[in-house]
Amino acid sequence: MAIYDFYIFHREGTCIYYCQWHGKKPPSPSVTEHNCKLMYGLLYSLKSFVLRISPTDGKDQFSSYRTSKYKLNYYETPSGIKFVMTTDLGVGNIKDIMKSIYRKIYVEYLVKNPFIDVSKPVSSELFVSKLDAYVKELPFFEPKQ
Amino acid sequence: MVLYSVYIINKAGSLIYNYDHVTPRTEVEKTFSYPLEMVLREDERLTVAYGERDGIKIGYSVIAVNGENVSGRKMLDGTPIIAYLQNADNFPLNIRFGKPKLSVNEKITLASTFHSMYAIACKLSPVSNSSGIEVLETGTFRLWCYQTLTGIKFVVITDQHQSSVQPLLRKIYEIYTDYALKNPFYSLDMPIRLELFDLNLQRTLEAAEKNQQYNANIPTNTI
Repeated sequence: MAIYDFYIFHREGTCIYYCQWHGKKPPSPSVTEHNCKLMYGLLYSLKSFVLRISPTDGKDQFSSYRTSKYKLNYYETPSGIKFVMTTDLGVGNIKDIMKSIYRKIYVEYLVKNPFIDVSKPVSSELFVSKLDAYVKELPFFEPKQ
Repeated sequence: MVLYSVYIINKAGSLIYNYDHVTPRTEVEKTFSYPLEMVLREDERLTVAYGERDGIKIGYSVIAVNGENVSGRKMLDGTPIIAYLQNADNFPLNIRFGKPKLSVNEKITLASTFHSMYAIACKLSPVSNSSGIEVLETGTFRLWCYQTLTGIKFVVITDQHQSSVQPLLRKIYEIYTDYALKNPFYSLDMPIRLELFDLNLQRTLEAAEKNQQYNANIPTNTI
């Protein structure tokens, strides 16, 4: 099992944080930026697609999709902040983990920091190191040998 | 197992077949007195924009007024519903709300949206050689997709408890090859309007619904 990459999108669609742990070798910054935009576009379409195609009347939110090689987990807070984590296929439902990243790391180290504008890309080293430490301690972080 | 619907999308992304197997009824009827407390928005239909109550949810649209079905934004006699609802003399009245069914046009749009999302999911993969979306999970349903080597996508929507419908998707592919591709009057990539195809697909779906897990009698690696 492995965690590939992680995105945080702000309400207006800007990617405020991107990090990669495993997977293909990291692309150049311009490609990463392009991929972030593409990812936001995909999430936006998926969200409206799910709402419209839903056979039931619940306010559905899509939680994940799987392809033959990876799984994309999605969590959106009521305030519109989107957390995306791509993992490999062996990882189960990690909604609670995404929620605790929001609660324990995003809120604690970004929202509560008065010097940070949360709509701008993350510049806080404390946040980055805390997130990195949290993710690296997850049981499914290391890829299977 | 609840099978909601089946979509077949050709390699260019257009919808060539759609079948709604189970449509859950989501209709609520209620008698209102003047003035109407909820805010209705006018687009193609009259949709609830604000004021969720008594099971009438946001996104529901007006289906019938006083037992008479409406067509879009207008009553059967042509008066706009919104004007009718603003007139205090017409109250108390009875309105039936429900989740609007997807029109054919909407289905075509959704199918091509899925086609592009499939391609983007493939492109955004953190590892190489990934396929596109195979399963899409939400709180109330799951969407399953199987793309053949020739690029045709078979999409099935089931309830959220279903763990695998891959054998069923392959069976639908088999039906497609047997009753559409082998039919000399069927032209490739065009909408499928074939009686035998419909019949066999319905039978398969019914059989799949009875068995919890659909067991295909063909080995999956032969396709």
